[in-house]
Amino acid sequence: MFCKISCETWLVIFGTLLAILLRTCTSLHSHSGESTPPMYGDYEAQRHWMEITVNLPINQWYQNSTDNNLGYWGLDYPPLTAYHMYACGKIAEFLNENYTRLHDSRGYESEAHKIFMRWTVLICDVVVYLPALIVYYFSTVENENSKNIELGAKKKKQKVHKSLNEIRPMSVSLSTILALLYPGIILIDHGHFQYNCVSLGFLIVATTCLLHKHNIFASIFFCLALNYKQMELYHALPFFFYLLSTCVAKPGQNTIWGVMRLVKIGLTVIMAFGIIWSPFLYNLEDLLQVLHRQFPLARGVFEDKVSNIWCALNIVFKFKTRFDNLDMMRVCLFSTLLALFPSCADLFLRPNLKKFVLALINSSLAFFLFSFQVHEKSILLVAIPVLLYFPYSPFPCFWFLCMSVFSMTPLLIKDNLNIAVMALTTMYIVSFRVSVEHAYRSSLNTQDGLIEYYCSLLHSLLDVEYKKTSRYDLLKVTFQQISKNSEAIRTLVFHAAMFMSLLGCICLYFANLLLKPPDRYPDLYPLLISVYSCLHFLGFFLYFNVKQLRIPQQFDEIKHVKIKSS
Amino acid sequence: MIVTATVLTSCLKLLLIPAYRSTDFEVHRNWLAITHSLPLKQWYFEETSQWTLDYPPLFAWFEYLMSFIAVLLDPQMLNVKNINYSSDNTVLFQRLSVIFTDLIYTLGVYMCCSALQKSWRKDVVLPILLITNCGLLMVDHIHFQYNGIMYGILLISIAYMIQDRFLWSAFWFTVLLNMKHIYIYMAPAYFIYLLRHYCIGGPLNFKSICSVGTLKNLGLLGSIVLGIFIATFLPFHDHIPQVISRLFPFKRGLCHAYWAPNVWAIYNIGDKIGFYLVSKIGGNSTTPEIASMTGGLVRETAHSFLPDVPPVATMALTALFMAPAMVKLFLLDRRAAHFVRCLVVCALTSFLFGWHVHEKAILMAIIPLSILSIMESNDARIFLILSTVGHYSLFPLLFPTSLLLVKVFLLLLYTLYAFHSLFKLYPLSICKYSLPLLNPFESMYLLGLIGVFLYENVVHSILGFDKRFPFLPLMITSVYCAVGVIYCWINYYIYFLKYNGMHVKSKINKNKSL
Repeated sequence: MFCKISCETWLVIFGTLLAILLRTCTSLHSHSGESTPPMYGDYEAQRHWMEITVNLPINQWYQNSTDNNLGYWGLDYPPLTAYHMYACGKIAEFLNENYTRLHDSRGYESEAHKIFMRWTVLICDVVVYLPALIVYYFSTVENENSKNIELGAKKKKQKVHKSLNEIRPMSVSLSTILALLYPGIILIDHGHFQYNCVSLGFLIVATTCLLHKHNIFASIFFCLALNYKQMELYHALPFFFYLLSTCVAKPGQNTIWGVMRLVKIGLTVIMAFGIIWSPFLYNLEDLLQVLHRQFPLARGVFEDKVSNIWCALNIVFKFKTRFDNLDMMRVCLFSTLLALFPSCADLFLRPNLKKFVLALINSSLAFFLFSFQVHEKSILLVAIPVLLYFPYSPFPCFWFLCMSVFSMTPLLIKDNLNIAVMALTTMYIVSFRVSVEHAYRSSLNTQDGLIEYYCSLLHSLLDVEYKKTSRYDLLKVTFQQISKNSEAIRTLVFHAAMFMSLLGCICLYFANLLLKPPDRYPDLYPLLISVYSCLHFLGFFLYFNVKQLRIPQQFDEIKHVKIKSS
Repeated sequence: MIVTATVLTSCLKLLLIPAYRSTDFEVHRNWLAITHSLPLKQWYFEETSQWTLDYPPLFAWFEYLMSFIAVLLDPQMLNVKNINYSSDNTVLFQRLSVIFTDLIYTLGVYMCCSALQKSWRKDVVLPILLITNCGLLMVDHIHFQYNGIMYGILLISIAYMIQDRFLWSAFWFTVLLNMKHIYIYMAPAYFIYLLRHYCIGGPLNFKSICSVGTLKNLGLLGSIVLGIFIATFLPFHDHIPQVISRLFPFKRGLCHAYWAPNVWAIYNIGDKIGFYLVSKIGGNSTTPEIASMTGGLVRETAHSFLPDVPPVATMALTALFMAPAMVKLFLLDRRAAHFVRCLVVCALTSFLFGWHVHEKAILMAIIPLSILSIMESNDARIFLILSTVGHYSLFPLLFPTSLLLVKVFLLLLYTLYAFHSLFKLYPLSICKYSLPLLNPFESMYLLGLIGVFLYENVVHSILGFDKRFPFLPLMITSVYCAVGVIYCWINYYIYFLKYNGMHVKSKINKNKSL
């Protein structure tokens, strides 16, 4: 059995093991709010929820009472999180009663408890998130990959200087490994401490199902994701519009057939929600209270420094003081809808599975940039679709993913995770470099490294016969040469820009870490970081939107049906 | 490849900074303090802490140099009175010092790789096998020691030996001996090989032995080795006996607190079983502490059934078992592979029979063996068994539960990679019912490690034995691993003695013709 597994598969096995190893190593680091009473951090929040769910009856979970002070980390996630915490809490209770004792266990910290908590995250990660990613890459990327490789082989003969952008999609196994090594989720889940891997894992499964046209399963899994964290609403619109578009009758289809599909999907969603919310459905007040807990309007447009529009514009225009929460919410709602419009309308009117992942990116990025009450951790919701898009254009995605980690650094520094940030990010960047080099070598069949590649690009640009031309002509000929190789110049400029921007990130990061801010502006560096990354995110928002709009509508489905009906 | 592997491994090492540290961390911090704050004359006399300086002078100098950087980060760590001091900066400094001195190891790997013949296996497989060695990661970066730099120097010395630059090789090996004296177990191989192929350059006859060239070379070699010893020991010239007594503490007992998987582990278990049987039959059980051998501090322990083993006996056994290999090495022709093989044999022999052997010493055999593993399939086979068992036997060093998964995945990743890459190097081996390169029994044995692991971590506590027999898991681990190490040793020894450099190639050709 050992010999039959192919090299590619081995690569993925090693990558998975390495990913788990990195997760276990990161979990040795400190978590958020470690030994900082009275409020501690997210770690204590999760532990507190275990305490609440295990000790109180189910309809008390979301209610403020003497036993459940909602001011102290009240449960503010949908029921699925609560059930999960209940299950974990039961195990915790079995292991050691002190972990979940009502009231007395507040701020409980011990070595054994930390191991228990870390293991619960790790198990979720290994059971949900990692397999979801692997399955996604191997089931959806591979088909297109083989086609593109054939195409690439044809192209290769015609063009000598293929740009790195064109060497894509990156081989499946390499992009799988890179996705598994993405530092953002490792740092937040296993360092800072949260269970993002569950909802994001469900999201990936839902996307995979959708791309395979299993619409019912897709909607079930998306409901699960949404019921684990309400932040998944960032992704709801693309799912909604795409599923809706499949129900619209295309030419040659029956309208009733479309309505049937709509009913099927609608019923699935209602059933899924009904089952998950069933304990809260007996009493309208309960239901409203649960709903109210999910959307805390009182917390303001943003808390710490977030890399979105409002926080960036806050420098020049103090939204927090000029508007009250309700007005602010209206502004946010309006601008978010405006930002969502192009991508959603495009997805609905010109549906194409290929643009679905892009629509996910655009919608979540629009929410992140413009919506109300955004956390810096919410960038993970954008990062995951970008991870899914990674094989199709590795460089912009890589750039984005690095920026996403960078935008979270103020939070991570607060958690004392500097070493982990540096180690994991370096690891990610180096692995990316290695795999790009590998992809480049294998697609061009050379042994050169990246440096030779850039040299050859420059060479092709400046390859002018200097002696024959006069001074004026020299410029002209150079210009001609450059315009002839526009692809090369674009690649060079793009890579240089990426390099410079990442260098800027590193400088800012170390400035934030090492330099003391001036007394007048104690938040100078975190603010600079959030503005810097906000500008980047805006750029990415435009880029991904353009990218989505450029993909034409998919017609093969219609043709297929036509043949069937005739 | 080397650079990439180093960077990636260093990232992993960085991640391990907050991990559990053994008392060796405090040991090294104390040495920093001793060398920094005390005059040279007191280095080997200082005993405020129980962790006295027991490495040779060159290592003391090394600590002395590092203390100049340490003082910039946290002067408090250099106070001899500050026992068990571990501020954040201290931890950071000490961990980083290990990570940075590992660059010497990378240098050694690079030199070894470039000394070998050009082929992709030494460009890719060997650097990864050496640099990501999970034993070093566990011992240096979790448990805390400076083995990386030591093995780096060893590899540099081996690289020079491969290039036939004998004097440099001898120079670096002597430096290594002066850093950590445990490598003295490898000295016989160095001595014989240098004697045979450097000093006596020509064929083995009376004329060449007695020629002027031989004497000249011998003089040169001797002056280098002695020169280094004198240079490092000279500052301590007035209390050399004290230094020596610190370096060779024979009071520590036959086995370490946790039995290293060697012959004495088997001997101990034989003693326990014998005692048990005798007390059953005789009925007059004096019930000595049954856990006396496995728990707690380092101390002398007594056997109850079998005779006690004096240090001299262990030395005699080691010398006895090394002798045939030395004769063989003396007779073999001049190829560095023979020399490295002999190094492995030496390391394994001393590991099995030595006095107070640490389980970490198994790395002395595994690291040279990884160089050989890319050369011939039999070496690869032994390497696979030995590295798996040897690294597994390091597990008890990292006992905290938080490290359970870390160590398991480290071992799994490394072992799988070793199996995968070596299988690709020797794809001819049949592997229907066994792991690649191994025969079914060896595969069974290695898979049995999973059982041992499960017993130690799950079954033992479920059965409720953790109160009655707390020593059982460690005992099982060391005895089980001892069987594997002894098996490797016997196999490899026979392989080395039979080796004539021809038979393996002819085998491959035969297989190809089929």
